Amino acid sequence: MSENTAALPEGLPGVVGDWASDKQTFFVSWGKAMMWIFLLSDTFIFTCFLTGYMHVRYSTTVPWPNPSEVFALTIAGHSIPLILIAIMTFILITSSGTMAMAVNNGYRRNRGKAALFMLITALLGASFVGMQAFEWSKLILEEGIRPWGNPLGAAQFGASFFMITGFHGFHVSVGVLYLAIVAFKVWRGHYERRGYEIVEIAGLYWHFVDLVWVFIFAFFYLW
Amino acid sequence: MAYVAIADQEHELHDPHSFVTKYIWSQDHKVIAIQYSVTAIVMGLFGMGLSMLMRLQLAYPDTFSFITPNAYYQHVTMHGMIMVIYLLTALFLGGFGNYLIPLMCGARDMVFPFMNMLSYWMYLLSVFLLMTSYFVPGGPTGAGWTLYPPQSILPGTPGFDWGIIMMLASLAVFIIAFTMGGLNYITTVLQARCRGMTLMRMPLSVWGIFVATIVGLLAFPALFVSAVMVGLDRLVGTSFFMPAILSAGQNLDYQGGSPLLFQHLFWFFGHPEVYIVALPVFGIVSDLLSCHARKNIFGYRMMVWAIVAIAALSFVVWAHHMFVSGMNPYFGFFFATTTLIIAIPTAIKVYNWVLTLWRGNIRYTVPMLFAIGFIFTFTNGGLTGLFLGNVTVDLPLSDTYFVVAHFHMVMGVSPVLVLFGAVYHWFPKITGKMFNENLARWHFWLTLLGTYAVYLPMHYIGILGVPRRYYATLGASFIPDSVQTVNVNITIAALTVAAAQSLFFINVIWSLMKGKPAGSNPWNATTLEWQTPDTPPKHGNWGPKLPEVYRWAYDYSVPGHSQDFIPQNEPPSSHSATASEHGRH
Ligand code: HEM
Ligand SMILES: [Cu+2]
Repeated sequence: MSENTAALPEGLPGVVGDWASDKQTFFVSWGKAMMWIFLLSDTFIFTCFLTGYMHVRYSTTVPWPNPSEVFALTIAGHSIPLILIAIMTFILITSSGTMAMAVNNGYRRNRGKAALFMLITALLGASFVGMQAFEWSKLILEEGIRPWGNPLGAAQFGASFFMITGFHGFHVSVGVLYLAIVAFKVWRGHYERRGYEIVEIAGLYWHFVDLVWVFIFAFFYLW
Repeated sequence: MAYVAIADQEHELHDPHSFVTKYIWSQDHKVIAIQYSVTAIVMGLFGMGLSMLMRLQLAYPDTFSFITPNAYYQHVTMHGMIMVIYLLTALFLGGFGNYLIPLMCGARDMVFPFMNMLSYWMYLLSVFLLMTSYFVPGGPTGAGWTLYPPQSILPGTPGFDWGIIMMLASLAVFIIAFTMGGLNYITTVLQARCRGMTLMRMPLSVWGIFVATIVGLLAFPALFVSAVMVGLDRLVGTSFFMPAILSAGQNLDYQGGSPLLFQHLFWFFGHPEVYIVALPVFGIVSDLLSCHARKNIFGYRMMVWAIVAIAALSFVVWAHHMFVSGMNPYFGFFFATTTLIIAIPTAIKVYNWVLTLWRGNIRYTVPMLFAIGFIFTFTNGGLTGLFLGNVTVDLPLSDTYFVVAHFHMVMGVSPVLVLFGAVYHWFPKITGKMFNENLARWHFWLTLLGTYAVYLPMHYIGILGVPRRYYATLGASFIPDSVQTVNVNITIAALTVAAAQSLFFINVIWSLMKGKPAGSNPWNATTLEWQTPDTPPKHGNWGPKLPEVYRWAYDYSVPGHSQDFIPQNEPPSSHSATASEHGRH
């Protein structure tokens, strides 16, 4: 509140008044506010993809393939359901942890450590994408699953799978690139003067991509 | 608060000097606004040309050999899409949003000027992609602006092979452009206002554009997703929207998809889209009415909350476009109810506009004429919307000219009237020159009366059952011959309106060259953009010091004050105390 505005009223109007206050609504930097708003919009994209997938899954006339069989990996003669996905999920969630460490180190101005943890995060992300590529090639080459049809059942299975994991994988790849660039700049000391909020902004994006994966995992692999 | 706004750090501003950085690769919101507007208006002219071809065909069937049935459908489709997306959305958000938000909020620029510049260039790319569809084999898509699959990607529909791809690609790029701009508009409004400019002191123009941008960021994702999925169905052969289907006696490779899913996704975008266009219009017209009636806007808070309420409700009415597609009767009931509920905040706005005029010191300036014209056409279109919102009434009227009349009244004519009103209103600020009053009045009357002559009769032929999107209806036994006479009259009116638009362009060119200097505040308006040190405003808008705001945007005709307006940045001490001065207005 500045001297140009009267004192705020109490109660609910006060809440509104706070939000409506002088100059700034949220006490965060422009970049962070913008990232939050972008993520809100991106949430709607993923929500539309997932609802679309659920809709075609309900409306298709052919039975849906059983995901725990499709996504099983045969290791040492045993077929273990969802093992690859479990590992991928674990990796992605771990990367959220390393990202948090990077943010923390950034704010403590340990620039080397911040860059290192960002780099680790990016590498974990890259390995996620790599395993996804492995999963895709296995499904395409061994199981014969294609976007337009598959021997196991509904054609929409392959279509939704490749579309949704592809779009998510694209987000992860962009994130890896983004993290790598920021990590490089952090390491070079580019943000010494302006502060390390940029690390947190990149982190927001990364956590978001992670969170989305949890939903994809639940709705696609576990259902 | 540790954070220092960039607007307050002087050294962040670099004045561009060369012609290229100043006018082409410009990061100045005012230049970007003009780039957006000019591109959008060129697209609008193109769309208008297409509509003339359609009208010629309808009035004089069998006369023009170059308007084949296929070409007609392509004209319908491109006209609709261009007008809704590439003209109105781009102009009100990219154009007016860019120009007005920083100036009205007292900011130096958008928060991320570089991204703002990219937004324009992406928009231009999307326009380019759209226009290339005229040069691909088969020409542009003729699927109707709703692009419903299966027909949009099956043989028989013009442009089913390449035109539709160009359309989808162009839409996807447009959405990216919109997102880059939109993030800027929202963040600027939320985070970069000048001292004293609380949200509840913002002019309603900013409120309308701000909320419309939020609606856009939440609604465009649905269009993006449906574009991706149609694209995959068409290019890769997936069956998201495609059931097992016979085409020309042959079984196609599709199976088990859901055409209804597309309609839900499309209208989850499509209905909010009409408010993406309408909300900025609501906001701008409020400011025009208040300023030119020299009276505060009636019920400012109610106006703000009505905008917010309409925006929220607009996400739960989409299936009223699908009553004919079929749905569970309870859903029909639900969507009819929400549709009618949205009329309440809308009606509040209309009443408040009229009450703003009530006992105002109305000046029939050109912007005022357009604003009043808007109230008429919008009320007209809103009332037919109430008819269509009821399932039983909609079933016979859907896909007739009644619907065409409804949406042209409400989102064709009304926004265009406000668009012109707004251009005339801000022209003196943007260019520093006054426009020619007489030409502008002729332009207004020809446009208003002409559009009424075009769209009013369409209600009647719609009730007679004339279907929309038909190349020709001759010979259909349920259509009386008199419809043909009506069609000829509509076409003559339409050609007149189109010709009348040249007055606008003549006026702009004449005024740019010979217009009288406007001065900084020709309308005696209160809002910040009229208080800039330079007209047109320079890069950085405010000179060395940012403005400070002490009051709301509607201090017109305040009793006991020497002038009939008090600018928002005038401190309280500089004149005698008045009732309107308590801070929170
Ligand atoms: C009181 C408010 C309104 C109500 C109750 C209403 C209701 C409806 C209904 C039920 C339809 C579907 C008709 C059909 O296809 O059978 C419709 C179509 C349409 N409305 Fe509205 N409407 C309202 C306001 C608006 C506004 C403000 C706009 C734009 C600014 C708008 C733009 C459109 C458009 C573009 C269509 C046609 C879409 C198409 O099928 O191509 N409406 N309206
Ligand atoms: Cu609607």
